[in-house]
Amino acid sequence: MKRKMTAALAAVALGVSSLAAEAESLKIGFLATLSGPPAVLGIQMRDGFLLGVKEAGGKLGGLDTEVLVVDDELKPDGALTKVRGLLERDKVDMMAGVVFSNVMMAVYKPIVRSETIFVGANAGPSPIAGKACSPYFFTTSYQNDQNHEAMGKHAEDAGYKRMIVMAPNYQAGKDSIAGFKRHFKGEIVDEIYTKLGQLDFSSELTKIAAAKPDAVFVFMPGGMGVNLVKQYAQAGLAGNVPFLSAFTVDETTLPATKDTAVGLLAGAQWAPDLDNAANKAFVASFEEEYGYAPSLYAAQGYDAARLIDGALKKAGGKEDKAALMAALKEAPFESVRGDFSFNTNHFPIQDVYVVKAVKREDGKFVTQTVEKVFDDKVDAYVGECRMN
Amino acid sequence: MSATLLAVQTLNGLQLGILLFLIAAGLTLVFGVMDCINLAHGVQYMLGAYLAVAAYALTGSFWGALVLALIGALGLGLLLELLVFRHLYDRDHLDQVLATFGVIMFLNEGVKVVWGAAPLSLPMPDLLSGSIVLMDGLLYPVYRIALIGAGLGVALLLYVLVSRTRAGMLVRAGATNPAMVGALGVNIRRLFMLVFGFGTMLAGFAGILAAPILVVEPGMGDNLLILAFVVIVIGGIGSIRGAFLAALIVGLVDTLGRGFATDIAKMVLSPSAANDVGPAIASMLIYVLMAGVLFFRPTGLFPARSG
Repeated sequence: MKRKMTAALAAVALGVSSLAAEAESLKIGFLATLSGPPAVLGIQMRDGFLLGVKEAGGKLGGLDTEVLVVDDELKPDGALTKVRGLLERDKVDMMAGVVFSNVMMAVYKPIVRSETIFVGANAGPSPIAGKACSPYFFTTSYQNDQNHEAMGKHAEDAGYKRMIVMAPNYQAGKDSIAGFKRHFKGEIVDEIYTKLGQLDFSSELTKIAAAKPDAVFVFMPGGMGVNLVKQYAQAGLAGNVPFLSAFTVDETTLPATKDTAVGLLAGAQWAPDLDNAANKAFVASFEEEYGYAPSLYAAQGYDAARLIDGALKKAGGKEDKAALMAALKEAPFESVRGDFSFNTNHFPIQDVYVVKAVKREDGKFVTQTVEKVFDDKVDAYVGECRMN
Repeated sequence: MSATLLAVQTLNGLQLGILLFLIAAGLTLVFGVMDCINLAHGVQYMLGAYLAVAAYALTGSFWGALVLALIGALGLGLLLELLVFRHLYDRDHLDQVLATFGVIMFLNEGVKVVWGAAPLSLPMPDLLSGSIVLMDGLLYPVYRIALIGAGLGVALLLYVLVSRTRAGMLVRAGATNPAMVGALGVNIRRLFMLVFGFGTMLAGFAGILAAPILVVEPGMGDNLLILAFVVIVIGGIGSIRGAFLAALIVGLVDTLGRGFATDIAKMVLSPSAANDVGPAIASMLIYVLMAGVLFFRPTGLFPARSG
């Protein structure tokens, strides 16, 4: 009996000491697409996040922080297996990241069901903002429609009457066009849906030239966008038909499109020239650390780390999860966007801009804000979220 | 749908066809002559483009980059042959698929390590950077016309090489019966090595030429590889002539499909339904074409081997 007691006491003591050791450290599972053609998005997001951790001295909220970076390879089923490993084997305290919406839809439910705090840094599909919203999920990016909506509003404000819209033929492409139409009331002369991964756009560009629209709106992420932008300029359309875009012209594609993209417009919630102290410091230290210009993906990753840092400090550590979630909700950090707060569905309320590709004095190509389209934009799905 | 529009779209189709031919030519040569399925052909195309970008940074001239990258592509082809492909000729197709798939993954990750994951670009040569007015509001880059010229040049060169030279004769004989050619005292190993190196160089050449109009990024060859296989299956495996004609047909069908399928669908369907159906049909057309060809002529339009 006595021996048993000692053993039990020892076990309790051990348990307490391991608990104490855990309390001083923080383990974050960071999921991003780091291989395949779209890897550059995941790399930017990861670099931004790790910069945020580094600037906190490797201690988010004062806790020794270990970031387990995992490549989802853009495979939803594989991502799910890896996330289960992070949750069950590695017992991470938090999850963060995720570039693509299809990966997000695969891993979202298992993460929030395990009651693990999850800070998204890019993908913001509509179900998560609406019906499937969760108190455990926060995102420092946007609801997916937002940048498309900004372009629709801009087209409407600019007085365009006839437009051609173009996107790849898959769900995100259709969502993009739907988002664009939400604020654009003029005529859509033609909706062009291309094959995913299409390389040559001469057929589509010929159509555009023949229809002579007031402007075009395109959503062509990654390499497709690079091809389109180059060929758009080579076909002589760049000077004649205004080019509005979302997730097509940004710092991930500009190193390849270079001069051919200068002057093209995009909708974005962030640009390197946003005038606030946090942003200036971020852009400078990012370029110094990694040697390339940050994109919105990097900014979102950085904000995710800063959000976690600020919330941990406010809640006084990770032990009281309810307090931590309440702290996260208040967004206690200086966002590189300046104006930033969370809506009831934990998606940002933020300003959205029209940005333009420019060549900077040092020869690098970056985006620059042209005008603010939305002030404190609220996403379209928040009404469907029954949280709180 | 005006006649001009149709004419321009036809030109676009031919041009895509030529680009496909440039990629498919090397593939059909290697496949036809050596009976070796080389899935790595797409990454060899990619390497051509990357080598050109690197050589451009070195020389500052498109033409210098072209020459250096071609030499580099040939060298890499011979190296790959020595390290990997040499050991695969006698294996069955499944082994070849597995091994060359491994080469794809290795090289796709390899270029990412060396050049980074962000897309790169190669500027057009100044000489060819002008453009001509094709129709109101649409310019046609001179470079694309040069591309058509280069494709026709390669087709002609291959035709002469294969059907008019002694090396070509050996290649044709090797394609028909390698054992017999070997028995007649021809060093079949060396012949294969040269053919493979040449095929890699062709893939690299296509990559270099495509770099100024298409994006240079890891995995850039993967999509094109599928199209190139469609082309050589339609054309008849191993047949240069078949690859040429099939490439033009695939380019035309794909471009015209993309150009007009939605408009045609709108004649019978509501606009929103047509927007769903049109692009789906357009992206299926070349595969439907391939299925049709396989059904009626299982060996392709211009089979290289008989019997």
